[in-house]
Amino acid sequence: MPHIQVPENAPGILGPMKFSPQTAEPMNALANALLQTDEGLSRGERELIATYVSSQNECVFCQTIHGAVASAYLGDEDWSFVNAVKEDYEQTPLTNKMKALLAIAGSVQKGGKNVTSEQVEAARHEGATDKDIHDTVLIAAAFCMFNRYVDGLATVAPSDPNIYRYRAARITQKGYSAEGEYTPQAT
Amino acid sequence: MPHIPLPEHLPGITGLLEYRLDTALPIRDLTQILLRGESTLTQGERELIATIVSSRNCTNFCEAAHTKAADMLLGETETARLVKLNFETAPVSDKMKALLNIAALTQKSGKSVTPEAIERAHHAGATDLEIHDTVLIAALFCLYNKYVDGLATVAPTDPAYYETLGERIVGRGYMRPPGGHQPPKSTNEV
Repeated sequence: MPHIQVPENAPGILGPMKFSPQTAEPMNALANALLQTDEGLSRGERELIATYVSSQNECVFCQTIHGAVASAYLGDEDWSFVNAVKEDYEQTPLTNKMKALLAIAGSVQKGGKNVTSEQVEAARHEGATDKDIHDTVLIAAAFCMFNRYVDGLATVAPSDPNIYRYRAARITQKGYSAEGEYTPQAT
Repeated sequence: MPHIPLPEHLPGITGLLEYRLDTALPIRDLTQILLRGESTLTQGERELIATIVSSRNCTNFCEAAHTKAADMLLGETETARLVKLNFETAPVSDKMKALLNIAALTQKSGKSVTPEAIERAHHAGATDLEIHDTVLIAALFCLYNKYVDGLATVAPTDPAYYETLGERIVGRGYMRPPGGHQPPKSTNEV
């Protein structure tokens, strides 16, 4: 049960976002600016960073919804690839650049000061630009905020994967917003 | 030295907020709403929440800036100092102690916020909105702290810098000034 009274039928972050629409607006604007672009890093790569950080923070709702969005972009229908990235990205066929960026994201999750010059150098060596490095750090930092918002208020994470698949399809088409449903409307 | 090239005259978060304006705008909007918008918590109380989270994340730039803002809004420097040292014995209300406790737990992780911590805040008179805002301010400052430290931005050591920054965020708030922050015209002028 959430720590505060949020509207019903609004799972995960949607509950507090419907409770406080004024703050939901810039939060969704930030998610769209960071995740809904292919400039430098692709949408799928950005969602993988969000998913990985959320899994390191053990935020079930965020890692499942962003994992579902990443899978939708990457053609990972059974979620096996995204699950492997969460488990141990070094063993996946991800590019060396993405592995280096995920290492930076993992350090940000532990604490900003954990990001080393060596990690940044390694990412540059694999072709990461300044902007790729900037965006990786900010996506990781932003998900340390989103994850804390979701879990700090004890929101409810649905267990049915189809709920996330349905919402993920909407996100890939329309971007992030506090609008819309998580479950298909009865017709 | 920062991990990416940033203007030298813009230390800490200020250079990052000029680096990508489209991500900076919603971060500024959220901060302005949470710290300066209408609320049953005073601006000073909200700056104390920002301060304790930044202090526990050991982010010198944010801690110094928001301590200064809290000091200016409260009209004294003791409260912020004591809150950082031990909020349970600091000269703040029982409600604020309960909210600072929630902020400190949120800093550790979202899952650290217990029903008991929430119950304590409710019992001390905190509303759901105050609890919501406390968690979100604490979460937002985890974003700021990790952004500022993750890119190894520079924290000036001269207290005069934070004097000026404190005046700016208390007097003008968190939105970008038109045209951004211009570099100093000469080295003698800051």
